[in-house]
Amino acid sequence: MEGQSFGSPWRQLLLATWRALIGAVGAMDAESLLLSLELASGSGQGLSPDRRASLLTSLTLVKRDYRYDRVLFWGRILGLVADYYIAQGLSEDQLAPRKTLYSLNCMEWSLLPPATEEMVVQTSVVKGRFMGDPSHEYEHTELQKTSEGDKVFEEEVVVQIKEETRLVSVIDQIDKAVAVIPRGALFKTPFGPIHVNRTFEGLSLSEAKKLSSYFHFREPVELRNKTLLEKADLDPSLDFMDSLEHDIPKGSWSIQAERGNALVVLRSLLWPGLTFFHAPRTKNCGYIYVGTGEKNIDLPFML
Amino acid sequence: MGDPPPDPETPPHQPSSRRSSQASQRRSWELSQPQPTISEDGPEIPLDHPTNLQGWSPGAPLTPQENLMFQAEEGQLGGVEYPSLNMGFPSELQYQPYLEEGGIQATRNASLMLQQLQQGQGNLFQQLDSAYLDTQPGFLGQFNMYQGEDLQFHQGAPHGPYMRDDPALQYSPSELGFMPFSMEVPEPEPRELAVQNAKAYLLQTSVSCSLSLYEHLVNLLTKILNQRPEDPLSILESLNRTTQWEWFHPRLDTMRDDPEMESTYEMADRQKGLFLRSGAGAEGEQEMEEEVAETAVPNIMETAFYFEQAGVGLSSDESFRIFMALKQLVEQQPIHTCRFWGKILGLSRSYLVAEVEFREGEEEGEEEEMEEMMEGGEGLEAHGEEEGEEDEEKVTDIIPKPMWKAPPVIPKEESRSGTNKYLYFVCNEPGRPWTRLPHVTPVQIVQARKIKKYFTGYLDAPVISFPPFPGNEANYLRAQIARISAATHISPLGFYQFGEEEGDEEEEGGAGRDSYEENPDFEGIPVLELVDSMANWVHHTQHILPQGRCTWVNPLQKMEEEEELGEEEEKADEGMEEVEQEVGPPLLTPLSEDAEIMHMSPWTARLSCSLCPQYSVAVVRSNLWPGAYAYASGKKFENIYIGWGHKYSPENFNPPLPAPIQHEYPSSLDIMEISDPTVEEEQALKAAQEQALAAAEEEEEDEEEDEDEDLED
Repeated sequence: MEGQSFGSPWRQLLLATWRALIGAVGAMDAESLLLSLELASGSGQGLSPDRRASLLTSLTLVKRDYRYDRVLFWGRILGLVADYYIAQGLSEDQLAPRKTLYSLNCMEWSLLPPATEEMVVQTSVVKGRFMGDPSHEYEHTELQKTSEGDKVFEEEVVVQIKEETRLVSVIDQIDKAVAVIPRGALFKTPFGPIHVNRTFEGLSLSEAKKLSSYFHFREPVELRNKTLLEKADLDPSLDFMDSLEHDIPKGSWSIQAERGNALVVLRSLLWPGLTFFHAPRTKNCGYIYVGTGEKNIDLPFML
Repeated sequence: MGDPPPDPETPPHQPSSRRSSQASQRRSWELSQPQPTISEDGPEIPLDHPTNLQGWSPGAPLTPQENLMFQAEEGQLGGVEYPSLNMGFPSELQYQPYLEEGGIQATRNASLMLQQLQQGQGNLFQQLDSAYLDTQPGFLGQFNMYQGEDLQFHQGAPHGPYMRDDPALQYSPSELGFMPFSMEVPEPEPRELAVQNAKAYLLQTSVSCSLSLYEHLVNLLTKILNQRPEDPLSILESLNRTTQWEWFHPRLDTMRDDPEMESTYEMADRQKGLFLRSGAGAEGEQEMEEEVAETAVPNIMETAFYFEQAGVGLSSDESFRIFMALKQLVEQQPIHTCRFWGKILGLSRSYLVAEVEFREGEEEGEEEEMEEMMEGGEGLEAHGEEEGEEDEEKVTDIIPKPMWKAPPVIPKEESRSGTNKYLYFVCNEPGRPWTRLPHVTPVQIVQARKIKKYFTGYLDAPVISFPPFPGNEANYLRAQIARISAATHISPLGFYQFGEEEGDEEEEGGAGRDSYEENPDFEGIPVLELVDSMANWVHHTQHILPQGRCTWVNPLQKMEEEEELGEEEEKADEGMEEVEQEVGPPLLTPLSEDAEIMHMSPWTARLSCSLCPQYSVAVVRSNLWPGAYAYASGKKFENIYIGWGHKYSPENFNPPLPAPIQHEYPSSLDIMEISDPTVEEEQALKAAQEQALAAAEEEEEDEEEDEDEDLED
């Protein structure tokens, strides 16, 4: 191993760890795509064989061209005219912002701009299904107050919002809200970087059925608000993300054991279409989103 | 490097200084005692060497031993091995300078050590080992290196070049071409003591656990050497964690069952039953012939294949299990046709739904029983009401009857017609028993349109909603299935046609035809045309009217009948309300006539594979009921639904508001509203009554007295 040099031993460690990784962690790894798709097929949506074949080829090329460490297949957003296939490229640090790519035919991928707060706010007014055409523009009329001298006008301004922007913000929202990872799959070192835990052998059956064993795959938000008493029981190297237990509204996750406990499937009710699967006692886990890209605002009525 | 340079003067200082420094650190030891004698003896001893030691020529063999001594002086831990390690590598001498300095003294020490070793080696090292190895006998037994090393010391066998950790080699030193124990140069006691000290420290166990660092490192190194991963340094921490974990979580032995896997094994057992064929031996052949002839179970695998082209559906082994489960269902129930309707996801469990049609004449006995029970129940209730009424009449106050009348109950449709055309069976997982769903009533459909709830997966779970749903989850599920079927079951134009023997439209009240049959001359529509235009697809299930039925029933007609049976009906002449007949699109309407959802077509049609249009299938996806798919290719088509069971609505769900408050009864002669008397008033009244009573008694007494007086007179 080239880590003998004292240049950056942690970097070397990380690189070697990534290369040695077998199971998929996070969205679907291109290498284990087929197995992951099979395990997540309980929700009914998947990929057709031609798409699968094209994905395997094109994701490898994306990895080479963009020099990512890993490329994960994120999912599919169903539009009226066409579907978007989304992939994400990762760098070494697991929690760093990921680069998102989209494609209409699983062959040609285009990079999407990173999501910003403004984008999210701007696209929150757009409702309805995705069209499937990235250059489509939604029109939204707003009343804006413009003052000219002493008078204050209220003008109706038509704001054009591109579908690409909407796509970016929806993907970002979904990732922040419902991307899931099991406890123990990542661990944090005192130096800061977060590694994939190579010895993660999967959750045990009893743990796999509890929501507290799964974390949001994002920077922790609620963790800081916990009392000291709660934090005393946590292991700081493993419990550094929010768990799904305290999601609002309560019950927004459906957890099921299929095949008689050989597979645990979590489905989000807030963003219907997100399926997370994990085979207990094995390293296989991952999530995929296949849906219309709309949040389920009626959730509190439906529970 | 052959002859030891005779220079006894300079070396004594250095080794002695080293020795003294080492001695100061350690505890007393037997070997240290003879040491002072060594230096005194001086240079005479080397001359005695050859006589005492076997096969030890003063030449070359000395040098490796010197090497080992000085290497041991370097303070390398684990050095008990090191002397023997370097035996075989005389070429790698790097310590020649040391040789010159302390050659003689070193050799002297070495020889003496060796002497002592030979004499007391059994004792000494056994004592050593027993001291340190007793506590973890079984443990270290695993690790051949160390055991081999101990044996070497016992037997005086050299370790030789570092062979790969093959225990066999260590145990048979005779194979090695090295001289026996003579190569085993004893370390000078200071170093050995240091090593033993270090080992003792490592063997300390902490208060909290019985694992010591020594054992742990031994475990870890053994694991690494056994598994030989690539880049062990990079995964050192992970391996460390794993080793620690494994110490506390030993694998269960074969005699005990793993408690966590119980349900998995149970499920597998149940599913095994699906795969075993009933009947064996001679009957097997007959059954095969019968089965091959005709079976009600459709070709699920073919359907699954086509849907997979579209990217829809469950995995292929799941589909196969569903196929076997359907086969089981067909064997258990008298089924004429059967179809896999789809999968409805739930919170805790999901439902697999099969749409079946019973054979002609096979009346659903369960249905009748259920109806009887219900009627019996109603009879009891009516009886109870009558009793209540009688009681009421006895009471002086007549409680006014409520003026609210329940809206007339719309009768549910007959079996095999309308919404109840098919029977539905559900199960949670293939292998579990199938449960039949009850028929759906119009009121259930009407209410189901107003609520939106997730299914939990348990058929008897209550549906808590507003407006209250009349039934439990089984009824709600059935209602949703009815709605989805009515809205999304489509077929290519021309696959079904109306039969020729249809009654006149007038007789049926203009409700339209409600039956169809397969068209034997259907040629199939080219896939591209199917995708281009929605007019090439038609609905083949009846649309459900707002009433909740497929065929309209005038609710007021029913009401009249009930009124005749009723007793005290004063409201019969409230007036016949005009009820309009509800009309829906007739059967076999093309999809192009479907209403749009907010400027969005309710259907999306696609080719399954744009890269090979010759072999792709046409796939139609519903935007109104997300999860409903249909495919068509050539003469085949199929519908399926996999989803949560809810309709798509672009607006938010608004629950209906509660009903307006009912009016109070107007005050009339019968009912007058007064306020309750207060406590003081009641007491005053009571007092007044008592007074009146007392006064009356006095009067009576007076009268009696008067009468008596009268009589006396």
